[in-house]
Amino acid sequence: MQIANSNLLDILLFMVSCVLTNNFIFSKFLGCCPFLGVSSKVETAFGMGMAVTFVMALASLFTWMINSWVLVPLGLGYLQTISFILVIAALVQCVEMFLKKSSPSLYGALGIYLPLITTNCAVLGVCILNMNAGHDLLFSVLNGVFGALGFLLAIVLMAGIRERIEGSVNVPKSLKGFPLSLIIAGLMSIAFMGFSGLFNNI
Amino acid sequence: MEPWVIILCSLGVLGVLGLVLGILLGLVGKKFEVKEDERVSAVRAALAGANCGACGYPGCDGFAKAVVEGKAPVTGCTAGGKKTADAVSAIMGVTADVGERKVGRVRCNGTCDNASERYQYTGVQSCRAAAALSGGPKACSFACIGYGDCCNVCKFNCITIENGVAKINDDYCAGCGACVDACPRSIIALVPKNRTVVVQCRNTETGKTARLQCKVACIGCHRCEKSCPSDAIHVVNGVAEIDPDKCTRCGACVETCPMHCIYNFFEGLQESYDWEK
Repeated sequence: MQIANSNLLDILLFMVSCVLTNNFIFSKFLGCCPFLGVSSKVETAFGMGMAVTFVMALASLFTWMINSWVLVPLGLGYLQTISFILVIAALVQCVEMFLKKSSPSLYGALGIYLPLITTNCAVLGVCILNMNAGHDLLFSVLNGVFGALGFLLAIVLMAGIRERIEGSVNVPKSLKGFPLSLIIAGLMSIAFMGFSGLFNNI
Repeated sequence: MEPWVIILCSLGVLGVLGLVLGILLGLVGKKFEVKEDERVSAVRAALAGANCGACGYPGCDGFAKAVVEGKAPVTGCTAGGKKTADAVSAIMGVTADVGERKVGRVRCNGTCDNASERYQYTGVQSCRAAAALSGGPKACSFACIGYGDCCNVCKFNCITIENGVAKINDDYCAGCGACVDACPRSIIALVPKNRTVVVQCRNTETGKTARLQCKVACIGCHRCEKSCPSDAIHVVNGVAEIDPDKCTRCGACVETCPMHCIYNFFEGLQESYDWEK
C-alpha cells in the first residue's frame, strides 16, 4: 500500500522509532531543560508534553514549507536557523496566549518553562534534523509529532518516578533532588537504548 | 548574484516572514484575550501583600479575586486592618464596618528563670518535636517551649523568643493568626488589641503543682475574681480567664495576683491611644 510515495510499513516503523529508539531526550540529548525542570508532577509534566507536542508538530510543518518553498528556491538556505526560530517563537507565543485563556492553573504551573519552549532544543532540533535528513512533508510532520510524543512519554515517566521517590523512599541526603533525577534519567536512557534491538529482526 | 541583491533578498524574506507571523500573532491575541476586571488589580494593590492566608484564600491574589466576585467580605484582610478595609470598600463602592483590631497574645510567662525544667532537650529545634517528647522540656506542660515555631510562621517578623518565651510585638502584629495554629501548646490567642490585660498562664493544675512547676503560674486562688469590680475575671478549670467584653482594664487583678501572672500590656491612658494603628 502506497501513501505519498512511501510504504505504510515504513511509516509505521518510522513512528515507532521516533518515539522509542530515536527518543529526543534519551538518545539525542535534546530538550533536557524542561525534562528536568517540569518533571516534578505528572500533571504539569503532561501539560508541558502536550504544549511541546503542539509546538513541534506545527513547527515541523511550517518550517518544512518555508524551507522548501521559500528558502531553497531563492537559494537562501543560510537563513534556516533564524527563520525557524522566528516561526517557533511565534508558535510558542500562540500556545502561551491559548493556555492563559483556557487553563490559567496550567499556565501558572508551567511558569517560566512555557516561554522556554522557544529555546527548547528539541523543537529547533527536529526542524533542522528534518532538513538535513531530507524528509518530505509527511515524514517531517510525523517526525515532529512522534518525536514530541516520545518527549511526552519520557517526561511523564520521569515525573511518575520522581513523584514516587519524593513521597515514599528514603533518599540519602547527598542524592536528594537533582543528583537523583540525573541518575534516574541515565538509567532510563539505558532502558531506552534497549529498544534499538527492536528493529534488528524486522 | 550581486552581494547587495543577496542582502536585500534575505532582508525581504525575513521581513515578510516576520510581518506575516506578527499579524497572525495579533489575530490570535485578540481571539484569546483574557479580560481581567480592573478592580482585581486595584484591590490587590490595596492589600497588605504578605500572602499570610489569614483571609482563608490562597494568597492576596486569590482574596482580591474573591472580593471582586463578591465571595469574600471587603473586611477580610485582617493583616491590613482598617486602612486596607477602607481602601477595598472604596474600590468596591460599599461601606465597611471593621471590627476591633486583634493581635496575638502569648499567654505564658514561663521564662527560663520562672519555669522549672523537666529535662535538658537537645533534639530538633522545634516546639512541636520537643512537645512530643515526654511532655516537653519545661516542667509545666502548658508552657511556651520557646523553640520558635510561631516565629517561623510569622510573615510580619513580630515574634521573638526572649529568655525562652515567645514575645509578640503588637505594633507589628497584623492579627493573621498563623502563630495561633502553629503553637503546639495553643497558648497564643487572638485578642482585641485594646484589651491589654491578659492572664499569662494556661496551667490548669492544682495550686501546689502549678507553683512547683513555675514561679508565675496561675494557682487558681480566686483573689482576682474578688478584686474585680466589673465581674470580668473568673477561674475556669483551675486557671483565671478574662472576659474581654466586660474588662475595663482597671488593673485591680494585676495588683492583687499573688503569683504576678496577670499582665497589663499597656501602661497609661487607654483612651488617648490609637488602637487601629
